[in-house]
Amino acid sequence: MQAFAKLFQRLDEQRGTKAKVTAMADYFASASAADGAWAVYFLSGRRLKRLIGPVQLRQWLAQASGLPLWLIEQTHEHVGDLAETIALVLTEQPTQANPTAAIGLAEWVEANILPLRLLEDDQRRERVMQAWQTLSSEERFLYTKLLTGALRIGVSQTLVERALAKASHQPQPVIAHRLMGHWNPDADFYQGLFAERSGQEDASRPFPFFLAHPLETPTHQTLGPIEDWQIEWKWDGIRAQLVRRADAIYLWSRGEALINQQFPEIIEAAHALPINTIIDGEILAWDEGVLPFAQLQRRLGRKRIDAKLLSEVPTRLLTYDLLEQDAIDIRTQPLTQRRTRLNQLLDTLNTPIMISPQVFADSWSELAKQHAESRSRGVEGFMLKAKASHYGTGRPRGPWWKWKISPLTLDAILVYAQPGHGRRANLYTDYSFAIRDGETLVPIAKAYSGLTDAEIRRLDRWIRRHTQERFGPVRAVEPVQVFELAFEGITPSRRHKSGLALRFPRIARWREDLGPNDADTLAQAQALLS
Amino acid sequence: MTVPLIQPTAQGLYCAAGDFYIDPWRAVSRAVITHAHADHARSGSHHYWAAQPGIGLLRHRLGKRARISALAYGEPQAFGPVTVSLHPAGHVLGSAQIRVEHQGEVWVASGDYKRDTDLTCAPFEPVRCDTFITEATFALPVYRWPPVATVARAINQWWQTNAEAGRTTVLFCYALGKAQRLMAALGKDRPGPIYLHGAVAPLTQLYRDAGIHLPPAQRVSEAPSNEDFSRSLIIAPPSAAGSTWMRRFRKPATGFASGWMQIRGNRRRRGHDRGFVVSDHVDWPGLLQSIHDSGASQVLTTHGRADELVRYLNEQGLSARPLATLYGDGDDHSEDG
Repeated sequence: MQAFAKLFQRLDEQRGTKAKVTAMADYFASASAADGAWAVYFLSGRRLKRLIGPVQLRQWLAQASGLPLWLIEQTHEHVGDLAETIALVLTEQPTQANPTAAIGLAEWVEANILPLRLLEDDQRRERVMQAWQTLSSEERFLYTKLLTGALRIGVSQTLVERALAKASHQPQPVIAHRLMGHWNPDADFYQGLFAERSGQEDASRPFPFFLAHPLETPTHQTLGPIEDWQIEWKWDGIRAQLVRRADAIYLWSRGEALINQQFPEIIEAAHALPINTIIDGEILAWDEGVLPFAQLQRRLGRKRIDAKLLSEVPTRLLTYDLLEQDAIDIRTQPLTQRRTRLNQLLDTLNTPIMISPQVFADSWSELAKQHAESRSRGVEGFMLKAKASHYGTGRPRGPWWKWKISPLTLDAILVYAQPGHGRRANLYTDYSFAIRDGETLVPIAKAYSGLTDAEIRRLDRWIRRHTQERFGPVRAVEPVQVFELAFEGITPSRRHKSGLALRFPRIARWREDLGPNDADTLAQAQALLS
Repeated sequence: MTVPLIQPTAQGLYCAAGDFYIDPWRAVSRAVITHAHADHARSGSHHYWAAQPGIGLLRHRLGKRARISALAYGEPQAFGPVTVSLHPAGHVLGSAQIRVEHQGEVWVASGDYKRDTDLTCAPFEPVRCDTFITEATFALPVYRWPPVATVARAINQWWQTNAEAGRTTVLFCYALGKAQRLMAALGKDRPGPIYLHGAVAPLTQLYRDAGIHLPPAQRVSEAPSNEDFSRSLIIAPPSAAGSTWMRRFRKPATGFASGWMQIRGNRRRRGHDRGFVVSDHVDWPGLLQSIHDSGASQVLTTHGRADELVRYLNEQGLSARPLATLYGDGDDHSEDG
């Protein structure tokens, strides 16, 4: 744990990506395989299930510190992070030689943390409080973060891959592939990361998804002749890779979750594909045309999909790339060739697995006209892919672009605020907005992003001085500040009082030029529904 | 009910029996000053009293023409029937707790204070009293300061690493007190020369004039023309961060020294490479210790986390309540930490 805590501290202190990669590579090179496996698990954003809730932890902290519970609660609110509060309120026991210093991350997780699940409350409390006492402040922070299942380390997957590549002397794409899909954080897995490349890489795993960079407006000047580009609609669905093997079929989302169960009709259809095929595409709710994302979401929340939902929300996989054919990785063939192969492959099938149609235009300006139809077609704009492009890794500028439609907007009034987490802890950064409905205000959306750090600080000060009421951490503020919200779509919803839900709402601008009476109305929002 | 010996008024904390104010925020006739920070020492009053070691700083703040009387620590000064004496507060050079005695009743207004090591001023001296007026800037149990020597070592190490990478080290901190305290704490293991921002240099000179031993340091503007600062530590006020003044430094590594840096969210939000936990205010254990040492049965709190402290002390059997003042700006994130 000590070594992992040091790594965490180094990552926290370093701003440059190079320094972060070095810090991780140093750790990977010296960690035991068992510890390294868990470190990769946590660094790549995977989490344990929450073992203990905040209410209990605060009670235990009150007991361990001898401070009243209300003071612990106030302190937690001030700090904004419970694990950090626990790390800072408790002091180490300097007289006691620290017997846990040598215990590694794997042993902490496997022998101490995971077994807590099986214990009674009293025994859990005893074990946790004992751990708090023996760990240093930094270790206590990490330990508690693991208990709450909320450990977040600010490094991207790509940086972890780079660090592992550096430590293992394997190419980064190989590491990226090995980290995809489901794996167990054990010594075998970790040693597998360092192994020379073999023909028997785990066959269930998808390839790392190749991503597109955003682009404002394509022109001849920026992208060259339009003939060099393959143009597709940009769908608003779930990006997915379908892996067809002899013994099994795997449908992976970009979040690396296996989603076979949610889409049985696609799995069934995939049996018709030749063995050892990997296809990249987008899952969409589809009934004579694409349905809004909200419909597709109904499929995601369920463990089992019943016949009713299957018929109400039929789905399709619109494919746009072929990555492996006949057990051969063809990602480095030009896109045009992969597209031709994909076409031939799907030609013989008549299933919910279809090809995503190409869009053609004689010029970029003509394409712009079609771009304007995006919203009415239920798509988010265009994907522009260089015809010669490989299927790479990451999100480089150049080969693939996404040209999205401009978002919808509403002017809404700030009504509630709540402190954020992590970098934004103890600052009011989570906002709720309302629109006007006659004389009353109806909440319509929450938004967290879009303001600059300076604006956030200014708004934080304003919120503290214009609070009307407090509900726990939430403050109701004077409803006078107007913000322009941008969002990708709007659907009916029973969850919000307004009866509407916004998709991907964020703050476009702080409209200090507007007063609350200038904000938009419910009727105006409803008019956007069609 | 009798009139309290010291009470808040529109002008500031007022002792009616002695007809004087403590750190008034408006111009008054007689002002007793705890220390030279701007929110405590405001100009315009007719006559000031302050502790001898801080007179230079105070004159710098109030101007040449201000009428200032110096008192040695512990020296009694009569204001009518009231006896006033000043006692070290350990906050910055010349900072004082103000002991006010009237008809056997003793109040202590502690101003800003700390209990931690500071080589540049006299250490806090516990003073017994009936009523103790204390700051509550960091009055939550997450605030406990690491030894300043440990922090100084960390700063030197960071500086060394930066120097090896050819990067200028820029440390932002409060210009009065914190800057000089850190300079003194860095000790003999400094990896390179120290340079000062124009806002820090004159205050540092006043410390030297008062006989405080500090390591040599030059103004950035007086550096030799071929100086590239790559091995140097620059000490600057937080307001210099992100300014054009910073452009002269090569790939600067920036750090911020403040008690607020104890919280990870603050460290990350500041956007500096490093946050160092150093405060000239009292931490939670020091605060409780000082209240205990004072023997006071009544505790009045000023700026900071007053609500929590008051409730906690009341539950501990003390009589405590908050006192409305204009010290600090009521902002959790003020630069002075």
